[in-house]
Amino acid sequence: MPKLADVAHKIRSKNAGPFWITIDIFCPDRPSFDIVCRGLSLSGMATLLGVPQHQLYRYDIDDLNVVKFSMHRTHIQGSRYDRDMHGAQMALLCADIELEGAKTAITTTSKMRPT
Amino acid sequence: MSVRVLVPSGVLGLGFDAEALAEGVRRKPDIICIDGGSTDSGPFYLGTATSKYAESVCYSEWSQLMAARHELGVPLMIGSCGTCGADAMVDWMYEMTVQIAAEQSQSVTIARIYSEQDKSVLKTAINEGRIACLEPEIHLDEQHIENITHCVALAGVEPFQRAIAAGADIVLAGRATDTAIIAALPLMRGADAGACWHGAKTAECGAFCTTHPGSGVILLDIDEDGFTVEPMASEARCTPHSVSAHMLYENANPFILYEPGGYLDVTEAEYSAIDDRRVRVEGSRWTPTEPYTVKLEGAVLAGYQTIMLALIRDARYCQNIDIWVEKLRDVSTMQIEKVMRLNRDEFSLEFRLIGKDAALGALETASGGLIREVGVLVIITAQSQSEATEISRLINPYLLHLSLTEDEDMPTFAFPYSPAHTERGVLYEYALHHVLHLSSPTQGFRMQIDRV
Repeated sequence: MPKLADVAHKIRSKNAGPFWITIDIFCPDRPSFDIVCRGLSLSGMATLLGVPQHQLYRYDIDDLNVVKFSMHRTHIQGSRYDRDMHGAQMALLCADIELEGAKTAITTTSKMRPT
Repeated sequence: MSVRVLVPSGVLGLGFDAEALAEGVRRKPDIICIDGGSTDSGPFYLGTATSKYAESVCYSEWSQLMAARHELGVPLMIGSCGTCGADAMVDWMYEMTVQIAAEQSQSVTIARIYSEQDKSVLKTAINEGRIACLEPEIHLDEQHIENITHCVALAGVEPFQRAIAAGADIVLAGRATDTAIIAALPLMRGADAGACWHGAKTAECGAFCTTHPGSGVILLDIDEDGFTVEPMASEARCTPHSVSAHMLYENANPFILYEPGGYLDVTEAEYSAIDDRRVRVEGSRWTPTEPYTVKLEGAVLAGYQTIMLALIRDARYCQNIDIWVEKLRDVSTMQIEKVMRLNRDEFSLEFRLIGKDAALGALETASGGLIREVGVLVIITAQSQSEATEISRLINPYLLHLSLTEDEDMPTFAFPYSPAHTERGVLYEYALHHVLHLSSPTQGFRMQIDRV
């Protein structure tokens, strides 16, 4: 089974302010983007990242061949239980995801609008 | 109508290519804008109202930017002075600016914009229902506000515009949104609002929107229909991908950016390459919202910390490190309660196993395999520095000698230095994730103008 790191060409995680971490998965082309879209489920990602599903948002951005996840921080940046001030190690956690292991079908939305 | 903005880098102190800056100056921009801070460096800087970046580096870079401004005769603006944008950091930049002006024999009008918010203002706002929490929600009451050491509001474009209108050559602002610094002048001159905010978001990290993020310098041309972005370093290029991908960067929602007074929507934005280094963007939309809100940031004193580090090389202990560290936690907690007579909610102990799962904790997925060595980082948080250090002294012999079982020789692990404990001082934590409703966009942002 291919790992996410084998299909994506860059996986980045960063703080989006002190209360969020955002993970950007850059795919080199449309076929690999499709594989990543199909292979990742919101529930699987929520389990991996240790957040309830309703605190995790997914954006499939076909214009850029990017899949983006934004999550509430489990611990506020820099607070006493925070282990990674800049949230960058979440990308390494994602790198090892085995893509064909995902069981849940996902809905692809090309663009999100404010609600 | 077109307004040209030169952005030397993502933040003062991060460095920029001098050649690229010189090229930017040759293009005769209407203004030079740079950011000075972020929350990304952590709560300590706002907690203490200090800068993350070295003063010597900021001084050197600001000297170059002041010389460039002087040559061009255009305004130079910085927001979020000194990382956190507290009032003391605005004055820190002011002292630097006055000294450099004297060195360079410049006569300049300097506007200072202060963003720090008084606790009484916040308490009144809570009582009047003028503070709203953002997602994710965090608890806020009057006691939390009482514990805040510094609270800042993120200024929008209006305080900058007021300073420009007052004739400032140099604007030194406290906390502001990264984008407001860049969007202020183009909006004043009538450029399209969507283009102003999107262009500003594109350039706010300097050359991060290019193929060479380290080169720093970016030039924006913003007009009634859109904006054009071009890197100033000869080797750097902007591509439709590099520019559009920047909306993802440190941004939870890749299509919407909330700002003071409205939000930017780039859903319909079209990115096109003008040539192999310039990108044109049109179709970004700005929607004003009521009431006018600004985001708040605050840091509270959350305790005092003392840390210790022990290195474990013994193979059997490395294999059983989870069992050992639980035993260490239990015996330490029991002794602190019994001997120091502290309750469990008066202190906390963190044991980070470096070499095993220190960065990810329970989320770590790698398991098995040989662990050659484990660093045990003990982080003690208590209600005073002396208490935190007293706890470290109590834990010290266990950290050095605790055995896995009772029927074996007492081990001795490696302490890398003496004393084994280090006082870290105050722990600050972010305590606000709220917006404040203002009756006018400059309310609470005080301006001081000086001619030097």
